[in-house]
Amino acid sequence: MEYLIGIQGPDFVLVAADNVAASSIIQMKHDYDKMFKLSEKILLLCVGEAGDTAQFAEYIQKNVQLYKMRNGYELSPSAAANFTRKNLADYLRSRTPYHVNLLLAGYDETDGPGLYYMDYLSSLAKAPFAAHGYGAYLTLSILDRHYRPDLTRDEAVDLLKKCVEELNKRFIMNLPSFTVRLIDKEGIHDLEKITSGAK
Amino acid sequence: MALEDICGFKDTPVHRKWFPASHFEDTDRSFHMTDFGLRRLKKSGRNSGIPLQFFIPTLPNSVPFNPRPSLPFSPSNHSVTVSRPFPLSHGTTTLGFIFQGGVIAAADSRASAGGLVACPAVHKITPIHSHLVVTSSGSGADCMLWERILAREIRLYQLRHRRCLSICGTAKLLSFMLHPFKGTDVCVALTLCGWDKEVGPKLIYVCSDGARLNGDIFSVGSGSPYAYGVLDRELRWSLSKEEAISLAREAVFRATHRDAYSGNKVDIFHITAQGWSQRKREDLKEEYYRDMERRAKIVEERKRVTILDALG
Repeated sequence: MEYLIGIQGPDFVLVAADNVAASSIIQMKHDYDKMFKLSEKILLLCVGEAGDTAQFAEYIQKNVQLYKMRNGYELSPSAAANFTRKNLADYLRSRTPYHVNLLLAGYDETDGPGLYYMDYLSSLAKAPFAAHGYGAYLTLSILDRHYRPDLTRDEAVDLLKKCVEELNKRFIMNLPSFTVRLIDKEGIHDLEKITSGAK
Repeated sequence: MALEDICGFKDTPVHRKWFPASHFEDTDRSFHMTDFGLRRLKKSGRNSGIPLQFFIPTLPNSVPFNPRPSLPFSPSNHSVTVSRPFPLSHGTTTLGFIFQGGVIAAADSRASAGGLVACPAVHKITPIHSHLVVTSSGSGADCMLWERILAREIRLYQLRHRRCLSICGTAKLLSFMLHPFKGTDVCVALTLCGWDKEVGPKLIYVCSDGARLNGDIFSVGSGSPYAYGVLDRELRWSLSKEEAISLAREAVFRATHRDAYSGNKVDIFHITAQGWSQRKREDLKEEYYRDMERRAKIVEERKRVTILDALG
């Protein structure tokens, strides 16, 4: 029911998430933000079971900030991704595993942009583009077809809009709006929300 | 719980008999606890004074607490499972919304147990402090308990830090207190409706699943889809206080009309910067008859007009 997508360019990462917070058949909120800011250049997108998402994401967020306070410098996106994966793995075989699917997007001074795909079984993969949710089944082929490693920012936003169009056409759930953010060497930028027009 | 602390009840032999778990707070017994996998007890030391069984989710093969504490502690090897006498459901309609005049919280007053109306006059909206009320849905017993625990923690915070905890902070505290019980049968879905001195009106939904949502309008319970149907169409920021109250009443009425598990009376609370105020309970039966009369009048009027048109 929820949807996350990330597209990595040569010097930026574009991420988007839907804005619906649902409880069984009811949309309880239409403007819920599923992105958690871990640091100036790292975003964690988190979907999954109701309480686990906010709980786990906030835990990772606070720990990344604590690292910065203790050591004076920030964790790189790759380190943050591996830290997140380790936590997921540790809880996986406990009595209270976290059922969350994540995308971590960040920009590193030395390594450049990075997009990391993680799922509830604590797998981790660095990927040029990724998506979570039922919507991923519909949109991954579009990304496969049109993605190039040297996309400009406008082309990436167009590719994202193509994916959203497909969801509006074929996905059974109504996802009226998507929050879109872009990370580059300047930091995290909020882009215009993509709405389907039908309110 | 609070009375127990004030009276120094903890130190009496009666307390040890009734709450054998609380002597597990002593650190020298902690090694027994890890043996039987009751790790959480060690961490609960900071909640000293609270009977610990409230904070321990029951493990599937948990040892039942013996009424007579025996030393050394000897476990009996049978698991305790209590079969439910009736199916639990969130039989209720509660709602809350923010408008220009503050926050309105409304709820019905029926407590159902399966197909039986267990009580037709329950209070589902409880004040926590002067500027916060909480509407409850889910299991009645769980809600009553957690409301009391929340009220106690907020009051303790106020006494310790000499200021009121913000509504967001209250919601987070409640969410973290409920987190250990995720996956067990604890079922509470509370909407905190309050007024923050700094931020103004606040409406936060907290659920035992762990969800914590900040918003402008929430409706919870089996009657909530019906209530949303009325609220979504007619709710605007610019409503006057009377209009908002009558909208809340209408929404609860329509939900109780359609939902079998909601009904009887409606409670409405209005929260402003000056605090909460409660309206007198209204019986929805009266509302139903008024609605019937209104419709009959409209039909009459229409008939009259068509006859006049036909003649003239």
